[in-house]
Amino acid sequence: MATAQTRTLSRIMMAPAVIVLLIWMIVPLVMTLWFSFQNYSLINPMMTGFAGWANYIYVIGDPSFTQSLVNTLILVGGVLLITVIGGILLALLLDQPIWGQGILRILVISPFFVMPPVAALIWKNGFMHPGYGMLGHLWKAFGLQPVDWFNQYPLFSVIVIVAWQWLPFATLILLTALQSLSEEQREAAEMDGANALNRFYYIILPHMARAITIVILIQTIFLLGIFAEIRVTTGGGPGYASTNIAFLVFRTGILSNDIGAGSAGGVVAVIIANIVAFFLMRAVGKNLDA
Amino acid sequence: MARTVSTQTRIGFTALAWIVALLLFSPILWTILTAFKTEAEAIAARPTFLPETFTLENFSAVQDRSDYIKHAINSILVSVGSTLLGLAIAIPAAWAMAFAPTKRTKDVLMWMLSTKMMPAVGVLIPIYLIFRDLRLLDTVHGLTLIMTLINLPIIIWMLYTYFKEIPVDILEAARMDGAELWNEIVHVLVPMAVPGIASTLLLNVILAWNEAFWTITLTSGRAGTLTAFISSFSSPQGLFLAKLSAASLLAIAPILLMGWFSQKQLVRGLTFGAVK
Repeated sequence: MATAQTRTLSRIMMAPAVIVLLIWMIVPLVMTLWFSFQNYSLINPMMTGFAGWANYIYVIGDPSFTQSLVNTLILVGGVLLITVIGGILLALLLDQPIWGQGILRILVISPFFVMPPVAALIWKNGFMHPGYGMLGHLWKAFGLQPVDWFNQYPLFSVIVIVAWQWLPFATLILLTALQSLSEEQREAAEMDGANALNRFYYIILPHMARAITIVILIQTIFLLGIFAEIRVTTGGGPGYASTNIAFLVFRTGILSNDIGAGSAGGVVAVIIANIVAFFLMRAVGKNLDA
Repeated sequence: MARTVSTQTRIGFTALAWIVALLLFSPILWTILTAFKTEAEAIAARPTFLPETFTLENFSAVQDRSDYIKHAINSILVSVGSTLLGLAIAIPAAWAMAFAPTKRTKDVLMWMLSTKMMPAVGVLIPIYLIFRDLRLLDTVHGLTLIMTLINLPIIIWMLYTYFKEIPVDILEAARMDGAELWNEIVHVLVPMAVPGIASTLLLNVILAWNEAFWTITLTSGRAGTLTAFISSFSSPQGLFLAKLSAASLLAIAPILLMGWFSQKQLVRGLTFGAVK
């Protein structure tokens, strides 16, 4: 029972975390907002003063912004599609009675622990490089011209790498959910003559719904900010073909030193994330009992 | 598994699962094998599977090129340091929310998680400028601070779900038996909380170790962690596939091993206990 004393105590215990997170959320955001209305360049000290909406007009009016926005959506959507569908299929497969399940699990989840720059670089150089990569050798073995993945299909290549990193996570979560499904329920359905497809649709999928929600939530949080994979492979190019919002802000603000425009881009990124968050949190709030 | 299936079905599923698993693992396997090849063999027109001449020279070359050990130490300092700092802030908060929940607790938890939804690029520029003015750019403690902040919501959520499972009855029973607060903490609370705290620690070390955005943008040579170190290999100074593989292997090996041993905690932790 919460007495006045324990209430005070719990407030004191929560204070550091709440204060730290409040500062972390408010201070930089207010600054970003402030800069976004300023003329502010690290290279050109003459550029000062209130800019009004100029930075926003510049950023949003730039064709590279529209492309980055579309790329961000394709990147998040593509990876979610591959990992959720692939994760369900892989979880179903690993849930079958098979030999060596322990080792298989270890092999399958391994990519999740590979740090993003390493994942990107081993795909770029060891796998997708037209001259030395495994895929290049494979293409040549079939008498085909090796594909220069990062130049010809830059965004697709980034999606493949990111999906490879997140498929294990989806699989692991979905497999855990699948294994908590009671055997009786399945057998009962089987007895009633439900075929495999019906069992999947009416029993397994609803049972996994909660896990799927979680997978989508967690992945979206991380996928909106994909950065290292782009930085070490395509550098956002060719042109802006593989630039997402995160990389665009980095490019404008840090590489080109245009703090004003970079900040405007940052504000737009926060707004987009909040729109996504609003819907996600509602879905999760329903699914998580806090 | 109580299910009975024919041996034939079992063999079929086993074969399929192994093929898929090996395909997914192949980039890592290929990196491990390449790390022990000579540079010439690594980029030969006819690829070899196992190294023909087994060599360790790539590993020493990686150290000579840009001091792997220094970056590894930075990684350890930042990931362990930020996790400990995060735990110090999060344990009391999670404890209070789990054992003295109010009507607003759920909202506070949701709000904390929502700070994780704030895209890093939205705050990169102010943080960059603040760090520049406070001379925190390219320092281990500056990076540790950022890492603590970005992982704090996750740490609080994980701890909260673990603490929530500690039965309150036991605490009350201890209190009824006249246990002093101190005894209650040492003999009842700590032993029950430690496993959850340990899992949280493990997972956050993994998350911090692999974090790349802030390490790349806020550090360069001095305080660079392994993610920054590896990213420096992307600059086009010719392709050193064998050396890159050796560096990659060195960077991922510790966390790969930790990850293998903490699968169960991983599921619990990363889903906030919502999937069991």
